[in-house]
Amino acid sequence: MAHQEIIFAGFGGQGILSMGKFLAYAGMDEELNVSWLPSYGPEMRGGTANCSVILTNENIGSPIVTDATAVVVMNRPSLDKFENVVIPNGLLIVDSDLVTRDVNRDDITVIRIPAQTIAEQLGSKKISNMILLGALIEKTNIVPMEALLKALKEHGKAQFYDLNKAALEKGAEVVR
Amino acid sequence: MPDKVLMKGNEAIGEAAIHAGCQCFFGYPITPQTEVAAYMSRRMPKIGRVFLQAESEIAAINMVYGAAGSGVRAMTSSSSPGISLKQEGISYIAGAELPCVIVNIVRGGPGLGGIQPAQSDYFQATKGGGHGDYRLVVLAPSSVQEMVDLVQDAFDIADKYRNPVMVMGDGMLGQMMEPVEFKERKPAQLPSKDEWKADGLKGRKEHHVINSLYLKPEELENQNLKMQKKYAKIKNNEVRYEMYNCEKDVDFVLVAYGTISRICKNAIKLLAEEGINVGLIRPITLWPFPEKAFEEVIDKTKYGFMSVELSCGQMVEDVKLASNGRKPVYFYGRTGGMVPSPNEIADAVKRNIGGAK
Repeated sequence: MAHQEIIFAGFGGQGILSMGKFLAYAGMDEELNVSWLPSYGPEMRGGTANCSVILTNENIGSPIVTDATAVVVMNRPSLDKFENVVIPNGLLIVDSDLVTRDVNRDDITVIRIPAQTIAEQLGSKKISNMILLGALIEKTNIVPMEALLKALKEHGKAQFYDLNKAALEKGAEVVR
Repeated sequence: MPDKVLMKGNEAIGEAAIHAGCQCFFGYPITPQTEVAAYMSRRMPKIGRVFLQAESEIAAINMVYGAAGSGVRAMTSSSSPGISLKQEGISYIAGAELPCVIVNIVRGGPGLGGIQPAQSDYFQATKGGGHGDYRLVVLAPSSVQEMVDLVQDAFDIADKYRNPVMVMGDGMLGQMMEPVEFKERKPAQLPSKDEWKADGLKGRKEHHVINSLYLKPEELENQNLKMQKKYAKIKNNEVRYEMYNCEKDVDFVLVAYGTISRICKNAIKLLAEEGINVGLIRPITLWPFPEKAFEEVIDKTKYGFMSVELSCGQMVEDVKLASNGRKPVYFYGRTGGMVPSPNEIADAVKRNIGGAK
């Protein structure tokens, strides 16, 4: 059964909301039920932007993710806020270039990826979010890479497609 | 099958209105509904229709009054404080018996309140926020797809009864994205507007006059009685609700609409794992309130009903009227933009069942 409840979190401007959007588009193309809920308003002013994304072949009740199967964090406040939201045996993906503290949980899978460093090697720090997203789908298998690339092609900016594609594939590769 | 697209609730409202033939949109920005107006400002001029950002909410609703009086489909949208400002206009539109659609993407109150999801405008919407004996038909979607469907239905219901219709959501429904499809709809059979619309003489001898002023008490009473007949017809024809998990006997029935009804469904799943069987009545029309849904479960629910709201307890009064003393009615709510988790709702159910036992 396909079922993932994911939170993406970081600073505004890191592409947090678009990671969620591309994943939601890909899920929709795979005929899963999907929802995408962004944080808005005062909670965004405290340093974190986040979105809750659900992909499932069951009906979606609440679109708010309170027990996440996976969390991707791109800054320290997000780790503080969402570390405890991951369910036991769930997945936590951390950009280790931006979050230096250790994760306290020992009942979940933690993957630390130096996404800023890898992104720079590929040509732009702006694609660090896509590296983490690539790692997420590789570990969860919630959608195939082809579906995500299709979503990127249809809904992303054409001039960044090749770079984003390289980032997604690299992200998948480093956790394989 | 038409293609599914992933859309934000607020943008889906705009697109649905365009599909419904909305000719004029008048709005004023306020979080969390600004994307409705932003979407309309992009789309409406491209298809030769009217988008106008008014100088205030009061101006916007009076522009709707004028446009509706000329016989075209018109809409405005706002959020709670802005809807309060519109109340005078809404009462006039109801009094003049004009069709229009008003969207309220509710935020926490009172006063300027906050911008997070809330349902504390239930009284205002269903009991008449403006003055006089009038009613709005109030539709409460719980998903982006339902927003699309109900906005289009709202225009039909408005035209059918010459009455303003409100579509009520909240920040969560407005901001979230879900897949939607714009289904082919059969055009509804609706009464002609030729008898009353004020669109110029067109060869007639007498002007059509749009008005809500009746200085003779006999005339005003007659107008009110005529409107009451219309409301009775609406109560008869337009009630909508969803029954969830109510097929068999249940321990308890939750009553919830919009955003919180979705979280109730998660809570019901959690409770089922503990062997507690809970159903849900989800009102889709808040007015007319779906009293008949209660008849379906009044004998099936062991411990009664619990109204679950993002308010301090407003719909619970209608739940009590519908239960009419036959079964206990409890209330659970969070307010100010706080949204309870499924576990909090499940705990409230267990507390009340425990008390009932």
